[in-house]
Amino acid sequence: MIPKAFKRSLWVFHINSGSCNGCDIEIIAALTPRYDAERFGIKLVGSPRHADVIAFTGPVTNDMKDKVIRIIEQTPDPKVIVVVGSCGIGGGVFHESYHLAGPIDKLYPNAKYFYVPGCPPRPEAIIQAFAKAWEWLEEVEKK
Amino acid sequence: MKHDYEIAVGPIHPALKEPILLRLTIDGEEIVDVDVIASQNHRGIEWIGMNRNNPIQSLYLAERVCGICNFCHPSNLVMAIEEIADIEVPERAQYIRVIQGELERIHSHLLWAGVAAHEIGFDSLLHYTWMVREKVMDVLEAVNGNRVTKAIIMYGGVRRDIDEEKAKLVRKMCSYYREAFNKLAKLFLEDDTIKKRTREIGILKYEDALKLAAAGPTTRASGVKKDVRQDFPYFAYPDFDVHAITPDELLGYTVGDVYDRIVVRLLEVKQSLEIIEEALNNMPSGDIIAEKKLVKLMAKIKASEGEAVARYEAPRGEDIHYVMLKQGYEPLYSWKIRAPTYINILSWRPMLLGYQIADIPIIAASIDPCLSCTNRFAVVKDGEEKIINADYFHRLSIEKTRRLKK
Repeated sequence: MIPKAFKRSLWVFHINSGSCNGCDIEIIAALTPRYDAERFGIKLVGSPRHADVIAFTGPVTNDMKDKVIRIIEQTPDPKVIVVVGSCGIGGGVFHESYHLAGPIDKLYPNAKYFYVPGCPPRPEAIIQAFAKAWEWLEEVEKK
Repeated sequence: MKHDYEIAVGPIHPALKEPILLRLTIDGEEIVDVDVIASQNHRGIEWIGMNRNNPIQSLYLAERVCGICNFCHPSNLVMAIEEIADIEVPERAQYIRVIQGELERIHSHLLWAGVAAHEIGFDSLLHYTWMVREKVMDVLEAVNGNRVTKAIIMYGGVRRDIDEEKAKLVRKMCSYYREAFNKLAKLFLEDDTIKKRTREIGILKYEDALKLAAAGPTTRASGVKKDVRQDFPYFAYPDFDVHAITPDELLGYTVGDVYDRIVVRLLEVKQSLEIIEEALNNMPSGDIIAEKKLVKLMAKIKASEGEAVARYEAPRGEDIHYVMLKQGYEPLYSWKIRAPTYINILSWRPMLLGYQIADIPIIAASIDPCLSCTNRFAVVKDGEEKIINADYFHRLSIEKTRRLKK
């Protein structure tokens, strides 16, 4: 998978929709020298318009709902979203709260989703999810 | 006629911080007014604790108030409920709690130092600092079983012991950091670029720090000698000689700028190492938890009634929880959390006023907010809208660094 994957590098835009920061720091930890996702060309970019994949954390609070959807719509097609952390998948410890609009896959169903369970997941798991997203993107490209 | 621009910064930031909205009024490059709008990260945690959860479940919810300082919030909740329900905590557990709290401080301050380096465009230092930080993450994982959320504290004690084998790992980490500390201090405190970008930038005066009741390293960097561990010691802290660290200890004077905040945090890492080593050497033997059976513990909490306030010196400043229990009512009857960033964001205003747009990232990051600063904002001039994103913002910051280097 690796030699094929080097064909293009994966650019990631990170959206925090109200998470506790636990997953967010693990995403950064995955990029820094110990785990070093940047050796595969995976890097965070500052604009959603440059992104191949979205790293999504948080259970989507009511305040963030419209903003998050606006940002996702700005990314190029096909839209690939890696949901990092249990609260992004189904609310996690915050489920049943009165201020949640999520989870994101219900709010925005027209995208390919990859899930990383854990609260927070380990950096290795996060990198694996991006590798999966990468494989999927390459298959789409072939077709 | 001169007219000011209004810039909305946030709420989505590309790097790592949480959503918040900053509304800045700009005159050219200079910031003339600041307004902060925060509510984007409201998850209704207190409501869940007062309705859905029993107090033991709320411990793990409190951990998720903030993923970075995930020991301080459950600690506060535990301290408050122990006071109400009159639970006696074994000595050894108090020492383990101190070690856990200081491990968290080391990881949080190193994380912050990396972010600060990133904000001024010094990315190689970000990577170096985070590489050094992985050492404490390894120890946290060895001691607690998880890298980030620890799930270690419990009403009446802690859930896992630090035995000799684990203590050896912690000691090894301390000696590793002693060596790394000198290099980090040299990189952060003697580097010309960092000095130019942080000296005399984002000054919070002593009087302002007192007036705004700023907390933690933010207020100590302005010369206010305030530290809960020193003023109102909790856990086993009365046994340790903890004093509030101010920058004049290293430099002989206090300015209250971003550079001073770096100094305070670095010295606090050193102080934490000393506390951990002392705690490991003097750890008493005995039980680590007062009541092992959770059902019995729950019954005891359910039968108690009263209210309590707990204070804890989190890495970012003083954290306060107010808890009220009512007899026969299983969830917390009332729960109020006041996190340190909540009061520290007020000091953004005096810090930002009069400085340049390019300084916003480093000033905003200097209080170590659990929130975000920038991503995309729109400049509206004569009805014409121009969208500027974080790339542009980050570039501005890097350009300023380059300009200063020349």
